[in-house]
Amino acid sequence: MVEKTFTITDPAGMHARPASALVGSLSKFQSDITMEFKDKKVNLKSILGVMSLGVPSGSTVQIAADGADEAEAMETIERVLQEQGISNE
Amino acid sequence: MNRISGIAASNGIAIAKAFRLENPELTVDKKNVADTQAEIQRFGQAVNESIAELEVIKKRTAEEISDKEAAIFGAHLLVLEDPELIGPITDKINNDSVNAEFALHETSTMFVDMFEAMDNEYMKERAADVRDVTKRVLAHLLGVKIQNPSMITDEVVVIAEDLTPSDTVQLNPKYIKGFITDIGGRTSHSAILARTLEIPAVVGAKSAMSSIDNGTIVIIDGLEGEILLDPDEATLAEYKEKQTAFADQKAEWAKLKNEATVTKDGVEVELGANIGTPKDLTGVLENGGEAIGLYRTEFLYMGRDEFPTEQEQFDAYSAVLKGMENKPTVVRTLDIGGDKELSYLKLPKELNPFLGLRAIRLCLEMPDMFRTQLRALLRASVHGNLKIMFPMIATLDEFREAKALLLEEKAKLESEGVEVSDSIEVGIMVEIPSTAVMADTFAKEVDFFSIGTNDLIQYTMAADRMNESVSYLYQPYNPAILRLVKTVIDASHKEGKWTGMCGEMAGDEIAIPILLGLGLDEFSMSASSILKARSQLSRLSKADMEGHTEHILGLATSQEVEDYVKNL
Repeated sequence: MVEKTFTITDPAGMHARPASALVGSLSKFQSDITMEFKDKKVNLKSILGVMSLGVPSGSTVQIAADGADEAEAMETIERVLQEQGISNE
Repeated sequence: MNRISGIAASNGIAIAKAFRLENPELTVDKKNVADTQAEIQRFGQAVNESIAELEVIKKRTAEEISDKEAAIFGAHLLVLEDPELIGPITDKINNDSVNAEFALHETSTMFVDMFEAMDNEYMKERAADVRDVTKRVLAHLLGVKIQNPSMITDEVVVIAEDLTPSDTVQLNPKYIKGFITDIGGRTSHSAILARTLEIPAVVGAKSAMSSIDNGTIVIIDGLEGEILLDPDEATLAEYKEKQTAFADQKAEWAKLKNEATVTKDGVEVELGANIGTPKDLTGVLENGGEAIGLYRTEFLYMGRDEFPTEQEQFDAYSAVLKGMENKPTVVRTLDIGGDKELSYLKLPKELNPFLGLRAIRLCLEMPDMFRTQLRALLRASVHGNLKIMFPMIATLDEFREAKALLLEEKAKLESEGVEVSDSIEVGIMVEIPSTAVMADTFAKEVDFFSIGTNDLIQYTMAADRMNESVSYLYQPYNPAILRLVKTVIDASHKEGKWTGMCGEMAGDEIAIPILLGLGLDEFSMSASSILKARSQLSRLSKADMEGHTEHILGLATSQEVEDYVKNL
């Protein structure tokens, strides 16, 4: 399992557009991917799950990927978060 | 004549007959099904049909409106493919032997309730997304045709309980002159789309559906959030006039968007925007900004636990420079201290923070931090037309020291084989009176000046701008300020350099004619003021204003200046 912490820097937090880009980029991976915020953990392949967290700007989230292609999945997550300009860690 | 008040969601005046967009009642009954596999298959088919429909709407939106608006339907598609939605529904059909309609309704209601319970306007709007998607699938399951706004071929205003995003996208501005919804707020999808389509809209009208019949003549005042039913002749005439005035202004501003800023006597000046983050670029471009006159980099440093890395800064600066496509972009180096603090940078408390260790003073005190920013800027310089500006310069020594650091980092980068632009202008903010007075000396060494009026006024008048009791001393039109501004502009021109102004004074209706007369080269303001300023400048003559300058600078008080300019 690989795990990483990200800080959401977008002033609007994790809103629909970046959340969609992130979730949309992950369906192709076999691994189980989760995001945890304030002790609540959701399936990162689920747009409803991600939006239900309501992650505000400046907060940190833990993202974990577990499975055969976990490393690749984490790379994609980092890239998408960067591209969308919502996190740069 | 009846009147209904709501929330003004999109500017403009619409006058047309009402068209009620009825929402078909989709009732869901719980039924037991024997063949759950067949039911799951039926559900899957309804989902697939909905996906196909959404793909069409998404494509249409991307073509006719914008990719940004189309992204909403990308989100809807993701909802339809969401394992956390589809999984529980098929499980429910399977385990409880219930019909697909019921399983869908139960599961989506759970999500709708969850989003609506959130204490956040934005998240509440997400409930509308889930409802919209659910309704579409449900209609396919029930074999019900949903009323289709794209079939309207009469000039109407649409009245609806609510408009789903997919409804709104089908509203053809050729026929749909405006719309009214009973629910929703300024940030609803429908309100945002109305502004993009530029059709007047009032939302949150509460009683429109219950009080407006098909065919009633309706006036929508999207400026005030008012709705008038069955207007009399006089009211109709009044609103037709208002409609024309609005259209004229809009046409004038739209024309100006891609135009240069030229005065009545043919002199060009530059109108720039002040920004804080790369996200502000959209507003700059939408409002026809010709430059960034001030990019405040401190926002990169704020709201976090540690300094931004060189890479993070490089990304932000590059994004702005690329977005501006070679238009002048003035980046101000870190201006922190005074009223702006960083949680991770513990500075000793000062009695007079505005007169203390801030901006360039702090950067020169902490050269490692400063060098990181300079390197990021230098690396980004190849992506556009970068101009670097140091804030709070009081002495020439400070400027020389800051510039020396910049040149050192440039040499280092070049020896590392990193490409750096050779045409970066290096200038200073003029916000301390000593610098304004010495502008002629500074002008020999700097490439440009940018006058920061808020601080220049505060330091010239010795009046803390945070202190309400002395706020009467914040006098942008005080001849003392205007004379300093003149000194700076004249000094720069004598050396063949230019002077800009950032701070709200540059976008102020009274100040603009004076500044034009004084010869200001660049006006930088909030993006939303640009078109108005461009329109004002096109009606002013620079030669005329130059003729008034001597008289204005000879006036005794701020009030006298204001009165004089108002009566020109």
